[in-house]
Amino acid sequence: MSPTTPAAGEKRQINVPVMADLAARNESPEILFWVGCAGAFDDRYKRVTRAFVRILEHVGTKYAVLGLEESCTGDPAKRAGNEFLFQMQAMQNITTMNGYGIKKIVTACPHCFNTIKNEYPALGGDYEVIHHSTYLQQLINEGKVGVSGGESFKGRRITFHDSCYLGRANNIYEAPRDVLAALDADLVEMKRSRANGLCCGAGGAQMWKDAEPGKKEINIERTEEALATLSGQAAALANLGGVETETSAPGPHDLQGSIIAVSCPFCLTMMSDGVKNKEQESRVQVFDLAELVASAEGINA
Amino acid sequence: MPSILQSQTFPLPYLYRMLQSIIFLLLLVAAFGFFAWQVRKIRANILVGRDRDMSGNVGERFKKTMLVAFGQQKMFKRLTPALLHLIVYVGFLVINIEVIEIVVDGLFGNYFGFHRSLSFLGPLYDALMATNEILGALVIVAVIAFWWRRNRTQPVRRLTGVELRAWPRLDANIILYVEVILMVALFTMNTADLKLHQLRGEDLPGTFPISSMLTGLFPASESALHVLERVGWWAHIVGILLFLNYLPSSKHFHIIITFPNVWFSRLVPQGQFSNVESITHEVKAMMDPSYVVPPAPTAPDGSALAPTSFGAKDVEDLPWTNLLNAYSCTECGRCTSVCPANLTGKLLSPRKIIMDTRDRVEEKYNSPLIFRPNVYGAEAKHEPITDLANATLLRGKVTPEELWACTTCNACVESCPVNINPLESIIEMRRFLVLEESAAPNSLNVMFSNIENNGAPWAFSPSDRFNWADDLFAAEKPAATAVA
Repeated sequence: MSPTTPAAGEKRQINVPVMADLAARNESPEILFWVGCAGAFDDRYKRVTRAFVRILEHVGTKYAVLGLEESCTGDPAKRAGNEFLFQMQAMQNITTMNGYGIKKIVTACPHCFNTIKNEYPALGGDYEVIHHSTYLQQLINEGKVGVSGGESFKGRRITFHDSCYLGRANNIYEAPRDVLAALDADLVEMKRSRANGLCCGAGGAQMWKDAEPGKKEINIERTEEALATLSGQAAALANLGGVETETSAPGPHDLQGSIIAVSCPFCLTMMSDGVKNKEQESRVQVFDLAELVASAEGINA
Repeated sequence: MPSILQSQTFPLPYLYRMLQSIIFLLLLVAAFGFFAWQVRKIRANILVGRDRDMSGNVGERFKKTMLVAFGQQKMFKRLTPALLHLIVYVGFLVINIEVIEIVVDGLFGNYFGFHRSLSFLGPLYDALMATNEILGALVIVAVIAFWWRRNRTQPVRRLTGVELRAWPRLDANIILYVEVILMVALFTMNTADLKLHQLRGEDLPGTFPISSMLTGLFPASESALHVLERVGWWAHIVGILLFLNYLPSSKHFHIIITFPNVWFSRLVPQGQFSNVESITHEVKAMMDPSYVVPPAPTAPDGSALAPTSFGAKDVEDLPWTNLLNAYSCTECGRCTSVCPANLTGKLLSPRKIIMDTRDRVEEKYNSPLIFRPNVYGAEAKHEPITDLANATLLRGKVTPEELWACTTCNACVESCPVNINPLESIIEMRRFLVLEESAAPNSLNVMFSNIENNGAPWAFSPSDRFNWADDLFAAEKPAATAVA
């Protein structure tokens, strides 16, 4: 943080601290922010990375990133069956992080989160790994982020799409909802939510290949459900497949200004593509939790 | 109760009763012996799978078994089938207390000329009989509902599918029919016994709310009633013993094997995929030339084991727990009904993979008495299989197209009421396709080489990895202090 506190609303350039530089100065960060490949390369998702960094800067957390030293966790390789490539990637990353003595990692990507948290320990990488939804929830609970002063989400309808690798894979269902609840928006649940959430279609390395022949793309099926939930079309929700627990459909609502909230880079891509396919992109937006929090906090520049 | 001395004065009924006892004893020994022999074959089939240490965590495993298997926790995600199933399940548990009585009566009562040996329980016996009768009637209602859900013109969606035709479909209905027959036998026995006692002006121990309503339908002849009572009694117990020996050929084996299956559930987060240790040694040796690869495991006699492949091509390549899974499957289709790939019309059906696994292990190793494995044709995009013996699980039954449609979303794993993990088998077979056959879809091979060359699944230059941080600005705002 700069020594003199600038006036509110002033623009400040952020120089993202890199682990190698900290190590050279013999410093260690409180958390390592694991950016992930989507966070680093995907043009749309880079905005999520930047929003999350703004939040980290805003609350004054001592953080660092690996920068050019970060490499794919190996998740897509492992899910696709290429265990050899996965372990090569994992060992490389573990060597890097153990070299820096990393203890605590925060990441916005549920796939990176799951892999580092659950699959790196068997290969010698033991860290405390936190998904950014849990981290944001903590910041809000501690009052470090007030979720106010910026864009107001009051009265806007938001539905949260569960990421498989956060939800069923790791039982994190409430943290993202608690974050959204702080926005004071009109939260509506899809019928297939939490443990019954429907995949966006990108997991298991599907992100990098065409779907097998079928009658529909999975992201379209999911987007239709999200749109029907946001606009409260009970009829469209009556015959959904794979519903385990019946929930009442929300009341009718104008789609304009509605939001599909996600907590995963691949879900963001799939749901955004789905909304475009349904030609609703002028009315419905897809945002990651970090973007919503940064907007509400008024720290975007 | 006539005394033994009395009985001995009538040689013919004495002989008749002794014969009943002896036949019953032989039947009981044969049925349980035959069942044990069948279970041994199943055990052997399960143990062809790869070794996996599932010991330890007794407390957690016990809790899981009580909740998920005994308590049917995961069934209650869908209320209607959960309640119907609960009736049949509780009916099975409670009515089987009466089987204890039947066994005692059958072994000793026939000989000594008494029956209803538990009647010394008095009021408790009244309650037990009344509960049995009410549950018995409810079981018939539930079974009819189950039959309707399965056999109406448009059955419940998850009760349809390419894997649910021919034998699996017949098997499901046989189970329902047998359950009705067993209940009818129980009511025949009770009603006849009740009326027999009424005619003789005697009091039958126990309370029979359903049978007492049915006595009017039965003939008022003592000899006919005696025959009916015996027919009901024998039909009930012989039915149970036959059904017991039908279980190993049927999906209904779940009533037993669910308990060990849940006990041996994976206790790690669902997102954690298994680590392949042999690869870990290889990778470590590559990265550090001084790393000493531990010696390969040997057979108990010290001889070297045949090298195993990476991943699974056939049933013996799967961990034994996945084969235990295959025997626990009731083919209910909750997994398939929530599978995003299946919901959007892809070929993948997690249930089919589990059923194929059981079919395959029974085809290659020990087959059950009734063995009608699924045969797929064009509807599952299957090449006609000519060489059945060498048609491995992968390709012989499960096509790569099914495997590549999986999003690894864990919906199937989450939905299974008995903790079966279809995802694990899918990943094992993907491993075989990729590591042994290099048979991944081309786009995935591109992704692999991107990771190898660029450290990212996309074709971006690694030197651009940190570009996201360029020109990053934030609107300055004093950090909020803790809310007062």
